[in-house]
Amino acid sequence: MSPLNDGVLNHLLRVIDEPDLSSTKYRMHERLASGGMGTIYLAYDAELERPAAVKVLHVPDPSGELEARLIREARIMARLEHPGIVPIHEVGRLACGRVFCAMKYVRGQPLDRYVRDVPDLQTRLRLFLKICETMAFAHDQGIIHRDLKPANIMVGPFGEVLVMDWGLAKSLGTTAGSESAAGSPMAGDDQLTQGGVVAGTPAFMAPEQADGRAQAVDVRADVYGLGGVLYFLLTGKAPGTKDREHPDGQYAPVIRPRFRDSEIPKALDAVCMKALATLPEHRYANGNALAEEISDYLDGRPLQAYRPPLWSRAAAWCSRNKVLLALLGAYLLMRFLLIFLRKS
Amino acid sequence: MSKLTLGIVLGGILGLLDGLSTFFVPEAADMMVQIIVGSTLKGLVTGVIIGYFAVKRKALWTGIFLGLGVGLFLSYLAALMPDPSGQHHYFEIMLPGGILGAVVGFATQKFGRQSAGTANA
Repeated sequence: MSPLNDGVLNHLLRVIDEPDLSSTKYRMHERLASGGMGTIYLAYDAELERPAAVKVLHVPDPSGELEARLIREARIMARLEHPGIVPIHEVGRLACGRVFCAMKYVRGQPLDRYVRDVPDLQTRLRLFLKICETMAFAHDQGIIHRDLKPANIMVGPFGEVLVMDWGLAKSLGTTAGSESAAGSPMAGDDQLTQGGVVAGTPAFMAPEQADGRAQAVDVRADVYGLGGVLYFLLTGKAPGTKDREHPDGQYAPVIRPRFRDSEIPKALDAVCMKALATLPEHRYANGNALAEEISDYLDGRPLQAYRPPLWSRAAAWCSRNKVLLALLGAYLLMRFLLIFLRKS
Repeated sequence: MSKLTLGIVLGGILGLLDGLSTFFVPEAADMMVQIIVGSTLKGLVTGVIIGYFAVKRKALWTGIFLGLGVGLFLSYLAALMPDPSGQHHYFEIMLPGGILGAVVGFATQKFGRQSAGTANA
């Protein structure tokens, strides 16, 4: 009898891992992706006759921790009703005991793949603005994502942007319009995010998050993540490396975008570096502040992070107000001509 | 500053400056005060009308042309009054008045705080 090779073993493992959805209204189609917590399958909702993405835990979870995480993720996504966040259809339990969560199936590409075909900086910034606006909404609801990176952002066929994978999201407590902490879907959040436990993607992770200081992580950790996404959109590279720490315990400083590509505008370089500041208090206050900064950049308005030379600001103002200058110029010319003609 | 306030302030200042330009016309020295006061008032009225329009509607070019129209009309009323020699100065009064109205129209559309829920995009 010949021994089983790796390919056969992997196939068998995959078949064993494949959940039985027969107790639900979903029919299995194909495996889309797999993460640390579970696997996402493309399924077909037989009742509503539409495709759906079904995330299923890898195995039954006797400790209940992964279950709690998946249910918490689903509740966070359900709470965040926004065009930039994938709608949740339902959460349930399979006959085998594994918890699943069904959500809208998003056709599209992850941002890191999508931008390969988008050389235009303005288009990239408009995509980034949508991401910031989505995160601004989440921050307003008291939710932080904690794992923002290009691979967790999907761009749909019509340019719509969806922030995915809220598995590490955290509720910052009671906010206007949200439930009280005790009765909220995120009750027990602190138990799932203990100090010293590091979760996220190192290359895009804020220093305070990478240090495992869970209590210090707030919306500004997401601002750092957004800065990382902007850095990627500008340079095509992540701001950090997988192994972020030097042997002496200091963090490797982020290389300025303009050092990687001198064509990157100074203003965007400054915005990116402000978002990626090591100290949270030096970053933008939240996603909305960063969105406003990008919007101001796109409209040619002054920025918080960058103060250009006086002549440059004057030129930008003149460029924005050509009609006003033309009208004032016409008035002065006409006044001069009237006085000149009268005298002559 | 709200759009209405901006219209009034800008209209008043530009009207005053326009009136002060009479210093370059020695023949009008006898009527200096009337011209300056009248021009300032004309600017204020223009500012109120254009500022009110900007609060109600956001439309750059409509605002500019409305400013031009209001400026021309009010200047025409001012130009109907003859100087002591009985002459009318339609061209010298209406042209700057119209352009200043257009400036106020542009400024109130482009700058100033829009009251929530009052303008349609």
